[in-house]
Amino acid sequence: MTELAWVAVASIVTAGITAALGAGMAALGEGRAAAQALQSIAQQPDEANTISRTMFIGLAMIETSAIYCFVIALILIFANPFWGAVS
Amino acid sequence: MTLSPDQVVVFTVGPLAVTATLFYTWLVMALLVVVSAVVTRRLRVEPPFGRGQVVLEALVDFVLQQIREVTRQDPRPYLPFAGTLFLFILVSNVLGVVPGFLSPTGSLMTTGALAIAVFLAVPAFGVSRLGLRRYLRTYLEPTPLMLPFTVLGEVSRTIALAMRLFGNVMSSSMIAAILLAVAPFVFPALMEAFGLFFGVLHAYIFTVLALVYVASGAAETERRAAKGSGG
Repeated sequence: MTELAWVAVASIVTAGITAALGAGMAALGEGRAAAQALQSIAQQPDEANTISRTMFIGLAMIETSAIYCFVIALILIFANPFWGAVS
Repeated sequence: MTLSPDQVVVFTVGPLAVTATLFYTWLVMALLVVVSAVVTRRLRVEPPFGRGQVVLEALVDFVLQQIREVTRQDPRPYLPFAGTLFLFILVSNVLGVVPGFLSPTGSLMTTGALAIAVFLAVPAFGVSRLGLRRYLRTYLEPTPLMLPFTVLGEVSRTIALAMRLFGNVMSSSMIAAILLAVAPFVFPALMEAFGLFFGVLHAYIFTVLALVYVASGAAETERRAAKGSGG
């Protein structure tokens, strides 16, 4: 294979792994957070507003890592900096 | 497929290429200003209220209440900043479902600018509330050893703030575009509805996070001082 083909293979495979791992791990974490928040709301329905607001902020924080993975996958596919290096 | 509205040029004025980001940012700003100006022209204290007045009052009241709950401080100093952020991001995200409208928040330039505004607002509110010396002292607490980490944290949370909004808005519009090519029957509409929900959610999250950063910068020593004088 040519060098360009190697770059393409590595980029596409890495992008797929990045998206899969990033989405999966973040989903696990968010699931735990949401489950805990639901449990807390069931125990203390009066505090539902505060708990759900804090949960949303926490979920956004957790989701940030998934978004980073997504952005890296997009860069690898659409804006790969190594295309210019070999061709 | 266009990755960002930065790559779309709407028209050119002399040497200046007006990109879709710039164009739609100004469109959203004009929309907000014109609607607010028209509505606030006929404000009434007694019923019957106009519909627009009720909507605007509900919005302002919602933002005030959220600021009060998040910061546990007087919400009025933060209202212009947080309300502007919230309204601008909300309108640009929600208008993203309109065909042909490219959300300016789907560009890293816009979200980066908003995040830098938050980054600058933290010392601005902190200094105006605590004074320069007391604000700078918050960086040396609990120990000066933590100074590099505090500074690093401020920079990295600014980047995270920009990346989060950009990634979400861009991914929702991109998923819609991909689904339109793969399964153009019902699913794009469903994903657009999801995008609407996430657009509102992320406008809220951006505003609340900005408030948390600003309020923590303005309140840290105050709480410490109160605790110290009490104990």
